[in-house]
Amino acid sequence: MTGKEYRTITDVKGPLVFLNKTEPVAFGEIVSLRLSNGTIKNGQVLDTSDDLVIVQVFEGTAKIDREAGVTFMGDVFKLPVSTDLIGRILDGAGRPRDGGPDIVAEETADIIGAAINPYSRRSPHDFIQTGISAIDCCTSLVRGQKLPIFSASGLPHNDIALQIARQAKLTASDEEFIVVFCAMGITAEEYNFFRADLERTGALENAVLFVNLADDPAVERIITPRLALTAAEYLAFEKDYHVLVIYTDMTNYCDALRQIGAAREEVPGRRGYPGYMYTDLAMLYERAGLVKGKKGSITQFPILTMPGDDITHPIPDLSGYITEGQIVISRELHQAGIYPPINVLPSLSRLMGSCIGEKTTREDHKSVSDQMYAAYAQGRELRGLVAIVGEDALNERDKQLLEFSGVFEDKFLRQSRYEDRSIEETLDLCWTLMSSIDTKYLVRLDQKWIDKYHPDNRE
Amino acid sequence: MKNEGLIYRISGPVVTAINMKAAMYDVVRVGTEGLMGEVIELHGDKAVIQVYEDTSGIRPGEVVVNTGETLSVSLGPGLLTQIYDGIQRPLPTLEKEMGVFLTRGVDADAFDLEKIWTFEPQVAVGDTVTGGQVVGHVQETDTIVHKIMVVPGKGGVVKSIESGDFNVTQTICTFEDGSEMQMLQEWPVRTPRPYQQKYPPVIPLVTGMRILDFLFPLAKGGAAGIPGPFGSGKTVTQQSLAKYSDAQLVVYIGCGERGNEMTEVLDEFPHLIDPNTGKPLMERTVMIANTSNMPVAAREASVYTGITIAEYYRDMGYDVALMADSTSRWAEAMREISSRLEEMPGEEGYPAYLSTRIAEFYERAGRVETLNGEDGSITVIGAVSPPGGDISEPVSQGTLRIVKVFWGLDAGLARQRHFPAINWLNSYSLYPQSLDQWFRDNIAQDFPEIRIELSGLLQIESELQEIVQLVGSDALPVDQQLTLEVARMIREYFLQQNGFHEVDAYCDINLQYKMAKAILAFQESAKAAMASGAQLGDVVNVPSRSDLMRGRLNKGYIDTIDDMVKTMLDEIAATVEDN
Ligand SMILES: Nc1ncnc2c1ncn2[C@@H]1O[C@H](COP(=O)(O)OP(=O)(O)O)[C@@H](O)[C@H]1O
Ligand SMILES: [Mg+2]
Repeated sequence: MTGKEYRTITDVKGPLVFLNKTEPVAFGEIVSLRLSNGTIKNGQVLDTSDDLVIVQVFEGTAKIDREAGVTFMGDVFKLPVSTDLIGRILDGAGRPRDGGPDIVAEETADIIGAAINPYSRRSPHDFIQTGISAIDCCTSLVRGQKLPIFSASGLPHNDIALQIARQAKLTASDEEFIVVFCAMGITAEEYNFFRADLERTGALENAVLFVNLADDPAVERIITPRLALTAAEYLAFEKDYHVLVIYTDMTNYCDALRQIGAAREEVPGRRGYPGYMYTDLAMLYERAGLVKGKKGSITQFPILTMPGDDITHPIPDLSGYITEGQIVISRELHQAGIYPPINVLPSLSRLMGSCIGEKTTREDHKSVSDQMYAAYAQGRELRGLVAIVGEDALNERDKQLLEFSGVFEDKFLRQSRYEDRSIEETLDLCWTLMSSIDTKYLVRLDQKWIDKYHPDNRE
Repeated sequence: MKNEGLIYRISGPVVTAINMKAAMYDVVRVGTEGLMGEVIELHGDKAVIQVYEDTSGIRPGEVVVNTGETLSVSLGPGLLTQIYDGIQRPLPTLEKEMGVFLTRGVDADAFDLEKIWTFEPQVAVGDTVTGGQVVGHVQETDTIVHKIMVVPGKGGVVKSIESGDFNVTQTICTFEDGSEMQMLQEWPVRTPRPYQQKYPPVIPLVTGMRILDFLFPLAKGGAAGIPGPFGSGKTVTQQSLAKYSDAQLVVYIGCGERGNEMTEVLDEFPHLIDPNTGKPLMERTVMIANTSNMPVAAREASVYTGITIAEYYRDMGYDVALMADSTSRWAEAMREISSRLEEMPGEEGYPAYLSTRIAEFYERAGRVETLNGEDGSITVIGAVSPPGGDISEPVSQGTLRIVKVFWGLDAGLARQRHFPAINWLNSYSLYPQSLDQWFRDNIAQDFPEIRIELSGLLQIESELQEIVQLVGSDALPVDQQLTLEVARMIREYFLQQNGFHEVDAYCDINLQYKMAKAILAFQESAKAAMASGAQLGDVVNVPSRSDLMRGRLNKGYIDTIDDMVKTMLDEIAATVEDN
């Protein structure tokens, strides 16, 4: 149902087009713009009234003039969905990018997505084993969780995300994940890296890719994650799949938001980002979870690069306020040659308590995790002190803890990109490493677990 | 002009209507789907409306109908155990109507209008009753008697009133002037309900959290702010307060936060027992869940919906505690709406009236004499989420100017897994002076003095720590080393309290006192022993001290602690002879 073509553009500013004297146009309606050279661009209505309509143009406004024809498409943005999506690569606006046919829609879904009724959620509790010790032991991931990777430029967050995508499995069942991958403004090189890896491991056949690269239209990035999540919701809640959504880089997404805010001359919030960025991000992140009466699930792994390595920057800050924890990548560990350079100290999984223990991982998991964390934290702190007073000033306990912090990084954190450690292996490794510390200093370990798992008592 | 107009403009949650008769805060129905909205600004012949549901797909020219009502909540038996969205629609009803995703255009009664309650009158025919006066009651849940009050401003000479079974819309009482009253009443959310007078706060809200009750107590009828960066423990603290504090009723507002946190509360509360009454927690709770991804205008309304419900139960003479997690998200909702109105912004883009709104909200807390002549209170505890954890921002500052209790959460403590991560050096409560008498009379004569000793030791510790950072602790004289050891005991044994531990999450106030005394007893005996030649290392390492400390994780600690302290003191005394 497409209507009449209007030639009533008055202003063009940044990614926005202003026009007047139109039919009653719906808020959020999809718009098609035809340029004098025949090019078609797409956009969406941001503001509508009897006199004035504001359209954000996904492909940017280059070459748009007052003569361009504007057609209102009669509906809000919808994505055709069907299980045919699986194995496909689409561009940032949902069109095939792999040379394949258009998606034959089983239904079409509004990409804004409706909020899940909080009363209708189910609490996540299935432990996902990633095979990465630092994550499995210290910030355990749960199916249905949204757990971002806080990284920074030049750090190996992509390797970590891919390793998780390759290795993620449930210990309790053999149900598999489908990966929905959403690229927002990443480089072609990064994308090829992801794609090649997914292809090589055969995961691509079980994945859906939405790809907006660095040289693709910036404003399109506003809709790319919404498309990806709409596909994910369809697969999870209509087709019972367990979906792992990886999206990268949220920082590019937020910058696109900022660009639109600026063009609308909105009053900016912190550092020029729109005041509604929290709500906007929540409308993406909150699309993770499990719901009553549906088998499938959506687990989200957003990746963001912290500008200036600053965790208080609005992008990581607002994300951290919404997501259920964060995995923080450390430049210092990376520079020390440790992969994966996960700093467990500021990392957190808020849902960890619900997924670990006797029934799901192992009875000693919590105790071990607390002790590993505490010992490492103390050891790290002592590094600072030693720099001032020298190692000789330390007492026996402190010497052991200091030494442990090195072992923790070298033996526990460090693993290869293809090393897939089971949770038992991870926990056993923890015991081996902690045995370098006198048991009387391991106050967070329950005696009964020491009796059962400490290497001294196992031989 | 008529009560019906047309949509002129749509900009996100803000819709402008033309040619419609409207007054501020009128409730309107927007568009062909009849979405609920509220008039928030008038401009010539234009009415600006904030819409409580998603507006995409709505077009200019669609109709807007003014209901002529103001945004109100429904009050009456059936509120307790409910979970609402920001505009008091029950989420279970929405699930029935819409499925698991919240679509739009559905109305829902706040509670079951058909349910039959057994009404017992408390006044007789011929009595004159006035607004706020109780005319009778029904048993709402096992623990809560729901008093039926005359709507403020109404009343008269009772013509008929009878006990019997009624639903909330049936007439239970008639007056000589021909007016009638039902159990269901409406109250506009933005208007505080009236009371006779405010009392000074002299009774603490006992929370079962040691750092709060002992060091930074909150009064019933008081207001507290909990600012903290993400992951520092705002939500866990608020949930602990909802679970364990000795309020008779709890209104819990999830304002612009995570969906799963509300699910957790919904899963947990029905199985939890109120330690103060032994009854299921849910029976004293009303929940409001307008999560971050739900419409922002409804988020803005959610705190008013919540506090109005709280006032209604306060007016029955109950002690109500209200938690709002997070007030920053409420403020951000105001900011979003305000920027759509193109208002002149104040600091950081927030509307200039931000601090007024914050103050007005917290002012609805208080211990009062109700219109019915009883004592009732609302204690408000608001979480604040400062960007980057920096509390110099407008919401934190607006809150701190008005609340008398500041529980400052600290990212560093959270990172050390010291929970609750409330910073004992910069947090404060301005209530101790007014509450000390209560603590003396009800817990122990020397309660206030013990508090001062504990906080003094923590203060000294922080000064000593600075020296330790430079020279190491071994360089300090032994008496100072002992002070550090005592302070460490305060932190690890007393202040730390795992909000998820099945025993220690809640600590009886009498037990808190015993634990505090145990620490001071340790200090005193250690000093004495060392004065008689005992070694610091021997004194602090007596095995019974770690038994004492670990004991708090076991049930029945309140009965065993005295003996454990005694054993510890004996062992410490023995370290003198060993030398
Ligand atoms: N009192 C507490 N006891 C134990 N753990 C806590 C406590 N407070 C916070 N935590 C831990 O910190 C995490 C974050 O707490 P939360 O209250 O969700 O933070 P915020 O609301 O400030 O973002 C929790 O998931 C939990 O692991
Ligand atoms: Mg929180």
